[in-house]
Amino acid sequence: MSEIQFTVNGETCSVSAPPVRRLLDVLREDLGLTGTKEGCGEGECGSCSVLMNGELVNSCLVPVLQAEGAAITTIEGVVRLAGTGEKLHPIQQCFLERGGAQCGICTPGMILATRHLLDNHPQPTLLQIQEGLAGNLCRCTGYMRIFDAVEQAAKPPVTDEVTG
Amino acid sequence: MRANAADYELIAPPTLSAVLDVLARDPGRYTPIAGGTELMVALGAGRLAQKHLISINHLKELRFIDATAEAVTIGSGATFTDLRRHPVISSDFPLLAKAASWTGSIANQNRGTLGGNIVNASPAADSPPALLAYNAALTLVSARGTRTLPYGDFHLGYKKTALASDELLYSIRIQRNFSGYISYIRKVGTRNAQAISKVALAGLALVSEGGAIEDIRIGAACLRETPVRCTAAEQAVVNRTVTPQTIAAARAALASEARPIDDIRSTAKYRAAVAGNLLEEFLRSLTR
Repeated sequence: MSEIQFTVNGETCSVSAPPVRRLLDVLREDLGLTGTKEGCGEGECGSCSVLMNGELVNSCLVPVLQAEGAAITTIEGVVRLAGTGEKLHPIQQCFLERGGAQCGICTPGMILATRHLLDNHPQPTLLQIQEGLAGNLCRCTGYMRIFDAVEQAAKPPVTDEVTG
Repeated sequence: MRANAADYELIAPPTLSAVLDVLARDPGRYTPIAGGTELMVALGAGRLAQKHLISINHLKELRFIDATAEAVTIGSGATFTDLRRHPVISSDFPLLAKAASWTGSIANQNRGTLGGNIVNASPAADSPPALLAYNAALTLVSARGTRTLPYGDFHLGYKKTALASDELLYSIRIQRNFSGYISYIRKVGTRNAQAISKVALAGLALVSEGGAIEDIRIGAACLRETPVRCTAAEQAVVNRTVTPQTIAAARAALASEARPIDDIRSTAKYRAAVAGNLLEEFLRSLTR
């Protein structure tokens, strides 16, 4: 067993686990953060996507020892990144409004992949959206509503301020 | 069956020299693990035979990209995302930039390393055809010192490499002398993201004003038991102009040196036919 420390959604966590235990299992089973889903367990489907030091990773492929000292963001904490004080991150709100979530298994990973995409490409082209989400499989939506949701999330927020 | 994590050992000595000391003390005991995009898949599926792993993912000494006027040297721990974000890789080495862009998904590119892609030694890997075309040189490091060899000499057989059991791949060096070369790279698979190639070809050629091919390098995936330079196809066209006759000669030469196999992703027959088509597409692009 190894003693490993990292932060999850801003809170310091200490876990005692076999060092190759998957970060996914530590999040879900040891820390009770079941928002992160397991799909394939092989890094193909993106259901287990989380942000690790700001980079999108498949948590099923991260041995927990390699998360030592890292800052992890899961779907439970993504709203903190917006800093708006709202209950949902604007990306989550857009997925709701545009029907980008159906059964919900891929949704946490889609939201985090979208956050990572918009961090790197604030105004993505459709091709960049497709590439940014290519590692996240969805069996329900046919993707179109997900792309719509990402496009909406990328738009600058409309303000009440009247200009001109 | 899912593996039991408690059956595995994973250590993470803090520095490169500490890792090399461990490898020197007990050669062959530990298998290095970088981003885990290969070994963790095997572990998750319960088929990772190596029970003792040594993490090199955290070693800052391995994660760099240094560019000078003459060459770019890429640390083995540089990720595919690092490659895609580096301006010199984009400007001077389009084959490598393209290969990095279709290695796995964004999440895999954030973790997977160029060194891991090479050392894992899959004949289907995305970056080796480009590195073979660029004549990359590899530097290996151990507690005994370093040695440098041409990448073309690294793969010895299926999943067999020149890496000794106490060695790590340290860096990959490519000369910046390909200005004026025409680049070609194409991966054939079920899709670019995630899918492993059925067959892939990377080519570089320097063509004279008169249309003669002065220099040509062709790297391929899935045509042999290792990633390969297609030297017979190269010899068939060098110092010639692209004509139907030279294309036919190049296709025949490629067919003679290729030994593709049937597997879960494709058939030998399909791979041989498509490789010939890719070669022809590359050669035709040189006449424009």
